[in-house]
Amino acid sequence: MIRFENVGLRYGMGAEVLRDLSFQIAPKSFQFLTGPSGAGKSTLLRLLFLSLKPTRGLITVFDRDVASLPKTELPSLRRRIGVVFQDFRLLDHLTTFENVALPLRVLGREEASYRADVIELLKWVGLGDRVQALPPVLSGGEKQRAAIARALIGQPEILLADEPTGNVDPPLAKRLLRLFVELNRLGTSVVIATHDIGLMNQFDARRLVLHEGRLSIYD
Amino acid sequence: MPARSRRGQKSAGPGPIVPAQSIAGRSLTIVVAIMSFLACLTLGAVSLVRDASLDWQSDIVREITIQVRPVEGVDTDAEAAKASAIATAVPGVASARALSSWENAQLLEPWLGSGLDMSDLPIPRLIVVELSDPDGVDLAALSAQLQQGVKGASLDDHRSWTDRLKTMANATVIIGFSILALVFVATVLSVVFATRGAMASNRDIVAVLHYVGAEASFTAREFQRHFLLLGLKGGLCGAAGATILFAVLSFFIGRSVATPEGDQVSALFGRFAIGPTGYLGALAIAILIAIMTAITSRLTVYRHLASIE
Repeated sequence: MIRFENVGLRYGMGAEVLRDLSFQIAPKSFQFLTGPSGAGKSTLLRLLFLSLKPTRGLITVFDRDVASLPKTELPSLRRRIGVVFQDFRLLDHLTTFENVALPLRVLGREEASYRADVIELLKWVGLGDRVQALPPVLSGGEKQRAAIARALIGQPEILLADEPTGNVDPPLAKRLLRLFVELNRLGTSVVIATHDIGLMNQFDARRLVLHEGRLSIYD
Repeated sequence: MPARSRRGQKSAGPGPIVPAQSIAGRSLTIVVAIMSFLACLTLGAVSLVRDASLDWQSDIVREITIQVRPVEGVDTDAEAAKASAIATAVPGVASARALSSWENAQLLEPWLGSGLDMSDLPIPRLIVVELSDPDGVDLAALSAQLQQGVKGASLDDHRSWTDRLKTMANATVIIGFSILALVFVATVLSVVFATRGAMASNRDIVAVLHYVGAEASFTAREFQRHFLLLGLKGGLCGAAGATILFAVLSFFIGRSVATPEGDQVSALFGRFAIGPTGYLGALAIAILIAIMTAITSRLTVYRHLASIE
């Protein structure tokens, strides 16, 4: 699904922030991406969702070489990858429903064609009663679930989540993890970037550990 | 934008992806309105000066004067009548009229005072010749005919005045168009920078649309539509303001036409009306500014997308 071969990345003329990364993300797999702050987790996530290009090495996403990918093809590939940002990135002037429906709206689809799907997904993430609420009145956990729902509405083949439990209390973190596990059981690959060891200990999964730009894998 | 309640709920119907109301958006509308007002005002002033200068030139070119100086032993009135007859016979001349002694006295009154007996003074007789076709009249031939047939006659075609006036009027119009060009450049720059400023507050929206897989053209279209409306709103407000100002000035100058000040302004600028061309120009400026705003927002979206890829 996604393959890295000897990937390195540097910003400008600085030192490499990621070095010799080689790994694969298989279909229907579940993995934690972890490491200390500043180890390069967010940078690696950006490489995974095609927001950055490597300075060396080979990245293939859905069997396409990222280096030779024309810009016009990026949006269609990006739609196959769901992303949950640490800071949610919800649009404050749109309702929860509109925020979650955004990936379908940008495809030019009419609201009537996706309304039922969005409502169903919102109920699945526990936001059935917050459909018309605006993000500023949602709690941290509700925002997180809205962001997850937005990442899932386009039925992506892989979900990337950056510190999805960073802003929530432990019981909610546990609940969110259950949501990701259930999603994985339904067939979506999941990559969760976190430095919460407690969270990782709750579910036995592959761990990708970044340290000083290098990756160690614990299957 | 649908109304939202205090509890953060909103009514049904999809909201616009780019928020309709924002502080940056309102500021941009105000900047666009002010620049559009100034540009329209300059355009109106330039069109007014150009029309006025064309009127001055055509008025002067349409009139020539024959002067018959008194000559010893010659009846000046008879010579003046002869000169009128010669002038009237020339093709392209509409009429020739000798000024009466009373009109002559009126012309000299500022210098000689009133109540003076003009019959004792060797005052030349003036014949005002109105031309129906200034370009078709052979003035050299008319001058030669007058010198041969009328004693003491000379033709003043006002050419030296017309040439000077034309030079002055052309200079005024060139200066006017230069100012208009500068105002346009200032307008373009202000609108571009104000649009970029307003776009800065929308960078998050561009980024989110990008990450959820929106095509660059979709994002650009959403912003372009939004900023086209903002620009059109501001541009039309400014143009309407300038148009109203001209209409009000025209109305007041029309009312004061009988007063000395009003007559002076009317003599210089006619009825102070900018005419249909001026109004169409104002509309064109408003639309141009709106299009500029939209294009700037589109380019800014593409630039921002390039920076986050």
